[in-house]
Amino acid sequence: MIEHSVDVAVIGGGPAGLAAAVSARENGAKDALILDRNSWLGGILPQCIHDGFGVEETGISMTGPEYANMYTNAVKKQAIDVWNETMVLEFNKKLEITAVNKKGLHKIKTKSIILAMGCREKTRWNVLIPGDRPSGIFTAGVAQAFINLYNILPGKNVVILGSGDVGLIMARRLKLEGANVLGVVEILPYASGLPRNVVQCLDDYDIPMFLNHTITCIKGRGRLESVTIAQVGKNMNILPETKQEIKCDTLLLSLGLIPENELSKGAGIELDNITGGPVVDQDYMTSISGVFACGNCLQVYDTVDALAVGAKHAGKYAVTWKSKNDGLKVKSGKDVRYVVPQKITKKGTTRFTLRVEKSMQNVTFYVKSGGDEIFKKKLRWVNPANMVEINVDISDKMINSKKDLEVSIDG
Amino acid sequence: MKNFHVAIIGGGIIGSTIAWELSRYKLNTIVFEKGSDVASGTSKANSGVVHSGINSRPTSLKAKFCVEGNQLFQQLSDQLGFSVKFTGKYVIARNNEEIKELKKLKQVGEQNGVPNLEIKTEINEPNVPCEAALWVPTAGIVSPYQMTIAFAENAAINNVEFLLETEVVGIKKQNETFLIKTNKGEFKSNIIVNAAGLNCRNIVSMLEKPDFNIYPCRGEYLILDKNYNNLVSSMIYPIPPREVDVLGVHITPTIEGNILLGPSAEFIEDPEDKKTTKEMMNQLLIEAKKIIPSIPDKGVISAYSGTRCKLASPEEGRWADYRIEESKQTPGLINLLGIESPGLTAAPAIAKYVTELVSKHFDLKEKTGFKVKKQGKRFNELSKEEQSKLIKKDSRWGRIVCRCEHITEKEVIDALSNPLGAKTLSSVKYRCRAGMGRCQGGFCTQHIVRIMEEKFNVDVKDINLKSPESYLFVGRTREVKND
Repeated sequence: MIEHSVDVAVIGGGPAGLAAAVSARENGAKDALILDRNSWLGGILPQCIHDGFGVEETGISMTGPEYANMYTNAVKKQAIDVWNETMVLEFNKKLEITAVNKKGLHKIKTKSIILAMGCREKTRWNVLIPGDRPSGIFTAGVAQAFINLYNILPGKNVVILGSGDVGLIMARRLKLEGANVLGVVEILPYASGLPRNVVQCLDDYDIPMFLNHTITCIKGRGRLESVTIAQVGKNMNILPETKQEIKCDTLLLSLGLIPENELSKGAGIELDNITGGPVVDQDYMTSISGVFACGNCLQVYDTVDALAVGAKHAGKYAVTWKSKNDGLKVKSGKDVRYVVPQKITKKGTTRFTLRVEKSMQNVTFYVKSGGDEIFKKKLRWVNPANMVEINVDISDKMINSKKDLEVSIDG
Repeated sequence: MKNFHVAIIGGGIIGSTIAWELSRYKLNTIVFEKGSDVASGTSKANSGVVHSGINSRPTSLKAKFCVEGNQLFQQLSDQLGFSVKFTGKYVIARNNEEIKELKKLKQVGEQNGVPNLEIKTEINEPNVPCEAALWVPTAGIVSPYQMTIAFAENAAINNVEFLLETEVVGIKKQNETFLIKTNKGEFKSNIIVNAAGLNCRNIVSMLEKPDFNIYPCRGEYLILDKNYNNLVSSMIYPIPPREVDVLGVHITPTIEGNILLGPSAEFIEDPEDKKTTKEMMNQLLIEAKKIIPSIPDKGVISAYSGTRCKLASPEEGRWADYRIEESKQTPGLINLLGIESPGLTAAPAIAKYVTELVSKHFDLKEKTGFKVKKQGKRFNELSKEEQSKLIKKDSRWGRIVCRCEHITEKEVIDALSNPLGAKTLSSVKYRCRAGMGRCQGGFCTQHIVRIMEEKFNVDVKDINLKSPESYLFVGRTREVKND
């Protein structure tokens, strides 16, 4: 194996990896290396040709490629080493990475590792959609790559299952390419993507949305011929009398994203069952000292802007980490689905990102330290599709009390 | 029109092993396969089990060829490079009634000559609660498509002609010669080997009135993520149900490190109906949890179904033996009828037997220069030193294309360069496993498509998933005419 050494190694060159690497250099890392599987930098940004990236971060609405460009320029300016077409095979507690590319197998010794592997899309089988197994079924992101990176059109008569952002954006994109978009089918009573995308991608193009509906059967021996959709009842049970068959040649699946943590599992990093990402402290350090996590492999973010804030945070603390004590646990209380970070080991203002269990109006968030209220914030509405951010001051007293923190809602 | 000595109809495991056996001899052999690749039907969608022979009636052809076939696997695997692993299997009993059944199974197995059967009260599977179990050490696992491909490709490099996407639509016998009409033209042969699986009756009916019926019986499966591969290390079977002649929903580790749950058993009208159903998916999970209570609900990465070719109707008999015989009415027509489980295990032995039947028509002379194409190990199965060596030799070994299964560009290119000329996305998948992991092709499909375009000059419009009708794309954006 070819041996190397570097201060900070970043696994993944998508938006999180780029932001983390740049931040690590800006905060004093002697050198940094980005390892990425693709032949380009930016992860999925180059295929996201719609705008809306960077609004909160820079005040400018950029397209995905523009946003990626902003960061690849910063990577160059910071003289960060980039290895493309490189697959990390494993890393260990000694902070050594094994990677492979066309030059051979590499062993990279590091002082810290930042995980930024991103996420993958849920497939048909994550929700067990029955029926035939024809061609013409794509996850929304794969279809987006074919259209926007390779100018390949997957199909002409399209149904989209799931109203995640990629699905909504693809509805518009396919319409613009001349395809018939027959509808977006969503099992929940509300869209799971951002409200602005529902307006700009569906309403503006007269694309119908079937809320409280799901697909019950896929038909087609060779190519997809039709899907059957049906309304669901209160317990997500299918109402047979509402079944209708829609003829189509393409089905896009926008069912949600799964953080990619096969490498983390291999190294023995503790994962959070709800987020699917590593358990981290306020510095985004994982259960292995010196290994940090950010981006969609930590938790699936709504926007690249919120993701970049977290990634920069991880990049900064990756430069100056110390082994820490166990600290306090952060628990999800009533109506809170999850909270990141899941651990607190030092005082200071901590940014919590969290998701709620259900849509609610006029709610109050409470953070409690062993029963004592230490933070309170009112919000006019919350829903599971929108991540909530709160900044909480953590004092030495709370740390020393060793009492776990709990984030909950009283509506 | 070229005259072939032997025309094999069907490129499943049966047709492919026969083709390979015959390719040792000075014969002109052709295989017609209506799918876009070999192993397109029942051969690719089964449990991938090398059966021991405990489940077949003594003195039946099923028992004979199963036991004989089982003994050939290790040597064939060494020779052709497809993987086989003798994991052994447990048939578990959960009460006294079932323990009695174990004894019966053991007795049948011993009558069939299955060695080393043992009833144990403690088993080596911590996740499987049971009272007792029959341990069958000679049962193993194999990848059914990898094995079929190995036989077919080895037959092809020894000059057996394979015609894919070629459907036999009519056969006439003129004197001593069969005239075979297909969608790709007409062919002549002296012998026909009918290895058409579920279509075997259609083939017979082109020449004579069939004296049998086919009852397709669908079985659905679920595949679990490799993360759960530590649930079991051997196969776990229940006592076979009494109602139908099947083995019941069982737990099978696959050669690739996944776990398979299934199959169900459902008689269907249309043998081509390979759908999966919500009812059966739920049922499979319920049945599997009866064997391993800790089976996860969310661990499924794929589902599929395959169809058994049964000669006995569900109402009468329930059990029928294989029929492997030359037709009395139509000499030269060798029929293989009702080849269901344990057909995969029996195939190498059946192929030897069919070669004997063929030898009654021709004086078989061995060829000189018989070639072997041994399937190499996958990149991800090699040591770091071996991996480094390969990359030095050819840098394409260093480019991982399928991230879930760690499959390299070189392996994808080798798969696309197969001697059968199979070129669908599934042909790549079944040869090198790219696209079979937990993301089910989400990341690698675009890279494989790019390799097909750049290295093999394939137009994107001509890329199919698995059959001629299963096109992947309508074409380039803005070049497509919208009607």
